[in-house]
Amino acid sequence: MGNSGKKDPGILKGRAFKFGDDISTDLIAPGRYFHLRSNLPELAKHVLEDADPEFAKKVKNGDFVVGGRNFGLGSSREHAPTIIKLAGAGAVLAKSFARIFFRNSINIGLPVLVCDTDKIDEGDALNIDLRNGIIKDITKDIDLKFNPLPEVMIKILSDGGLVEHITRNKGFNL
Amino acid sequence: MSKTIAEKILSEHAGRGLVAGDISVVDVDVVMAQDGTGPLAVSQIKKMGFSKVANPDKSIFFIDHGAPSPRKELADSHKILREFASESGARLSDINQGVCHQILVESYVCPGNIVIGADSHTCTSGALGAFATGMGSTDIAVGFALSKTWLMVPQTIRVNYNGRLPAGVYAKDLIIYLIGKITADGATYKALEFGGEVVPALGMEERFTISNMAVEAGAKTGLFATDNTTRLYLEQQGRKPDCYREIYPDAGAKYELVLDIDCSALEPVISKPHTVDNTVFVSDIEKIKIDQVLIGTCTNGRLSDLALAAKILEGRKIAPWVRLLVVPASRSVYLDAIRAGIVEKLIESGATIINPGCGPCVGVHEGTLADGEVCLSTQNRNFKGRMGNPESFIYLSSPATAAWSAVKGYISDPREVLV
Repeated sequence: MGNSGKKDPGILKGRAFKFGDDISTDLIAPGRYFHLRSNLPELAKHVLEDADPEFAKKVKNGDFVVGGRNFGLGSSREHAPTIIKLAGAGAVLAKSFARIFFRNSINIGLPVLVCDTDKIDEGDALNIDLRNGIIKDITKDIDLKFNPLPEVMIKILSDGGLVEHITRNKGFNL
Repeated sequence: MSKTIAEKILSEHAGRGLVAGDISVVDVDVVMAQDGTGPLAVSQIKKMGFSKVANPDKSIFFIDHGAPSPRKELADSHKILREFASESGARLSDINQGVCHQILVESYVCPGNIVIGADSHTCTSGALGAFATGMGSTDIAVGFALSKTWLMVPQTIRVNYNGRLPAGVYAKDLIIYLIGKITADGATYKALEFGGEVVPALGMEERFTISNMAVEAGAKTGLFATDNTTRLYLEQQGRKPDCYREIYPDAGAKYELVLDIDCSALEPVISKPHTVDNTVFVSDIEKIKIDQVLIGTCTNGRLSDLALAAKILEGRKIAPWVRLLVVPASRSVYLDAIRAGIVEKLIESGATIINPGCGPCVGVHEGTLADGEVCLSTQNRNFKGRMGNPESFIYLSSPATAAWSAVKGYISDPREVLV
């Protein structure tokens, strides 16, 4: 999934799918599909459906979800970042994130990057350098910086997620 | 050093002095998940190799989002939770009990606790002076297994509700007015601490309404200091005497921002579709015909909310084109409402009473809207698609505004009947 086929796991490559401000967890994982929460591959077919009905069909492995302000506001449902990842997205970029969505994404190993997404348009080709914090917009030939993650989150992400962190360390080691 | 309520509670649990910005692993007192988030938490607990929960008496699985189960897939999820609770020692709150956040304040949370729950409205318990916050299934799985979590100590925004509450203005109006003012991400990562001249007169149930919606401004939790009202509420719930303790911010505590709101100038407030911060005074809203009214949920489904609705609806009938759904927040609230004659008045006015739970508010069952329909609800969220149909429109208000609007058939100002 994601960019596992690429040579350097620190570099993500894909196209941008643009969304607006306030993309709620109800838009990402609608409540009317509540019963599909036990069937994530099926739920992933409806990811972001109420924001862009065609998104799940168009997105290819490694592409990026690019939002505006307060991405992921609303519910604590971890299914929201999980199905974004399952649908193939390599990362979510936004001007800001709601707290629970942000924390959930790190826990399940989905990179969430805070940057000035106004500069990115639908369909732009992006190369993201996770280690050095740089997003290269190939289409526009510009570089954007993203804010580094807090140290505890880097530890969890580099262990592969929270379950892996706890299992490896037999508890928290932050 | 002077501390905010958040800094005090987190310092106690970390066993060292913490200030805003510090990150620490802390012991937690209460851990919970519900039927939408619990099955994933169970599979994560098992993946980590645990079969028991660390603190069985304060680990709870709630079946409330689809209660009773509307379809096979949810029935299967419920079965997973019942079986795991039985094997792991955790408590199970089944379909006859009500909404998780209400049961938590009735039976589990004490002032000074840290409460983590796989539901964003876990912040409701903040009204009891507990640091209560929502997280996802994996964080909660770790909480169940270890009785620990990691937290960053948040900066605090102090909100002082000053002046006097005018007639027709309630706790719901206070909180959605605030969210309209600071916006849906105005308190992201921060704690809200509520105080001011009107707070001593607010009942516990009204404080729950305010804390419940802290997350709608992005906040991690929404805290009140404890007082005699808190103590009496816990006593009435039959809690042990040592549950109550004093929790308050130190004089000189450092706040990122202090907001003073003059309540005397407020009017009943409405959140318009599709965000909670899209607020307007009801007196300024255009004429809006409504198809459905929902009174209840973890925001406004407590006894005082139902009593207020019944007072307005008594001897009246709802408009012929309106469906009025009433969802008591818990079994205990439902029983009290029956004994007080409230349920009878609601049914006589034309209301449909639904089993205590979350169903219609979260779009799972019991009240899904048709294309183009309008619902006025006392719930906490009006996001597009929230009630199961992205082609419908949700407005938010207090129970008074909702009840009077059900009679008129249009969004209406409750002061027409209350003044």
